[in-house]
Amino acid sequence: MEGAFILEKLILVVIVFTVSLVIAMYSTLAERKIAGFMQDRHGPNRAGFGGLLQPLCDGGKFFFKEEIIPAGAHRPLFILGPTLAIITACISSAVIPWGQTLTVGNREVVLQVADINVGVLYIFGVVALGVYGIMIGGWASNNKFSLLGAIRAASQSISYEIGMGLSLIALLMVTQTLSMSEIVAQQSGFVNWNIWVQPIGFLIFMTCAFAECNRVPFDLPECETELVGGYHTEYSSMKLGLYMFSEYINMFVSSALMAALYFGGYNFPFMHDLGLSQNWITILGVLAFFLKIFGFIFFFMWIRWTLPRFRYDQLMNLGWKMLIPLAIANIVLTGVITLIKDTYFA
Amino acid sequence: MLPNKPIKETAMQSLSNRKKIIEQKPMNFWERMYLPAIAKGLGITIRHFFKKIPTVKYPEETRPYSKNFRGQHSLKRDEQGRERCTACGLCALSCPAEAITMTAAERKKGEEMLYREEKYASVYEINMLRCIFCGLCEEACPKEAIYLDGPHVTADYLRKDFIYGKDKLVEPTFDITKLIQDKTS
Amino acid sequence: MSVFYLVAFLAIFFALMTIFTKNPVHSVLYLVVTFFTLTIHYILLNAQFLAVVNFIVYMGAIMVLFLFVLMLLNMNEESEPMKSNLVKVMGAIAGICLIATFLGAFKVIAPNNEFVVGNAEVGLVKNLGKVLFNEFLLPFEISSILLLTAMVGAVLLAKKEVKKI
Repeated sequence: MEGAFILEKLILVVIVFTVSLVIAMYSTLAERKIAGFMQDRHGPNRAGFGGLLQPLCDGGKFFFKEEIIPAGAHRPLFILGPTLAIITACISSAVIPWGQTLTVGNREVVLQVADINVGVLYIFGVVALGVYGIMIGGWASNNKFSLLGAIRAASQSISYEIGMGLSLIALLMVTQTLSMSEIVAQQSGFVNWNIWVQPIGFLIFMTCAFAECNRVPFDLPECETELVGGYHTEYSSMKLGLYMFSEYINMFVSSALMAALYFGGYNFPFMHDLGLSQNWITILGVLAFFLKIFGFIFFFMWIRWTLPRFRYDQLMNLGWKMLIPLAIANIVLTGVITLIKDTYFA
Repeated sequence: MLPNKPIKETAMQSLSNRKKIIEQKPMNFWERMYLPAIAKGLGITIRHFFKKIPTVKYPEETRPYSKNFRGQHSLKRDEQGRERCTACGLCALSCPAEAITMTAAERKKGEEMLYREEKYASVYEINMLRCIFCGLCEEACPKEAIYLDGPHVTADYLRKDFIYGKDKLVEPTFDITKLIQDKTS
Repeated sequence: MSVFYLVAFLAIFFALMTIFTKNPVHSVLYLVVTFFTLTIHYILLNAQFLAVVNFIVYMGAIMVLFLFVLMLLNMNEESEPMKSNLVKVMGAIAGICLIATFLGAFKVIAPNNEFVVGNAEVGLVKNLGKVLFNEFLLPFEISSILLLTAMVGAVLLAKKEVKKI
């Protein structure tokens, strides 16, 4: 039984890994396509049908480009930077519940790699670790633009982690658990989605997720107009590719997190009224979950081609003077409402 | 951006009365939240997302040329397939960019099927880097021998390759009765 | 148990590396790895909450700030000032104090002590929360007031003084 369990988890890990890499790959295409459509043009459409092979070509190009490590760079750390970035991006998806249970033969397979009871905090910790990849890479490049980008990334991610954490506390007060699978299971049925109880919290969380992923309008660490390329100015070839990849994987994981925490995860309306077997419900649930994730990824890109980049002081003002007080107010509000509900309507 | 205080209008009186003094009001709370503005912006981008794309996918589709488009020159033949040019030099004379040169030669016996006139251009060169595609050569030609009815002149790597000789300029022979061009010439 | 010894060895090794490396940035990175090994220790003790909090707060925030400051300072061996003898004496005294504390702690916490053997489930979020908000409510609140004071102090230091006209 133990061997089967390990095998099952191993297969799941490989699948999750592959899926997140493929999604990250095709996010690059989607980004450019969506940018094209929003600017009334086609986007890449030469490689394959409608440009479908474009990410493969880009990947091939990344692999065959010359790798340059600057003479003044700190070699081991220069290599460690992108490695760390991609590792932290990949392991953060471990606690996301992708679906309910599948029955294969007489085994119940839970579609979640690890159901640890501090799942939300785990993601948080891994995301917090992600900034090391950028910082180490930026410092090891021995370039002032890289260093500035790295420093911006560090201060930005620390600032927005606080807001993110505080917005999550309000959510956790409602769900009363830190386990991802339980949080998702609680949201069965359209009206039970957490977005209806925590709209402000969701808004704060989403803003902070944008900042944590270094996406526009918070992409100051790699702001081309000021910092050449930010922390990856000196990077070339697949090392640059790894940084890009980790950014897109982070975006995918953040989307999955938002879908799971606030939009019911794999739950979809009328899932128990269709009279389907458990396996079919699970499969449809996984599809629904991915639909939500793609929706969020689209939203990420939609925002990117709508909003301009913030100035650095605006970024800090928004984080510290708007989002954190708002998140604290949200916690107090949630507490008061929970108390009233428990006292008078219990 | 104009300052908040309106400028004193003593020095210059506006004649058209269309001048507006813009006042920058401090934003109210709703505006400072930026959320309505963001929503508006998102609305604009999503509208463009579903708009028809005006881009022409060039090698697959081409846009039609205008009727009076002036492209690459072609030296015309008459209905029997003979070159019309008689090397009178009027085109070279009229050319404001001095892009055209030619060498005249006398038609020999047995060449009547090649050249219409007794004198013809043995060398006819147009420097496409000098040419401004004004069409004056077309107008100057008394024999209706040169027309700017070709496509765009394509890019090349060397300057010498832009000097187009008769090999590129003379139009291929065709049978007027069938109106099908062939590439033998 | 072998996992424990491996991790403990790594923890001590990286802690020593933290002290012995010349480059301050390397030193901080070794410290980060040391904290990571401590996180594994917490997990081995079934204290998931502490493990994750150690992970987030120490590795994810405090050490990032350390790194941040060091990167800005751009310290290297040439610019490092000579340490005076007074500092060395102070360091020695502090070290002896630490060893004394450790010895005392080891004496109190014998392997059969109830805190050591104790309830293995106490590290889980639910139990930890109950303990914190019932038995240890007062110390918890006092420590939060301490943090608040520190925060107010930091804001006060960071704010520029307004010039009086």
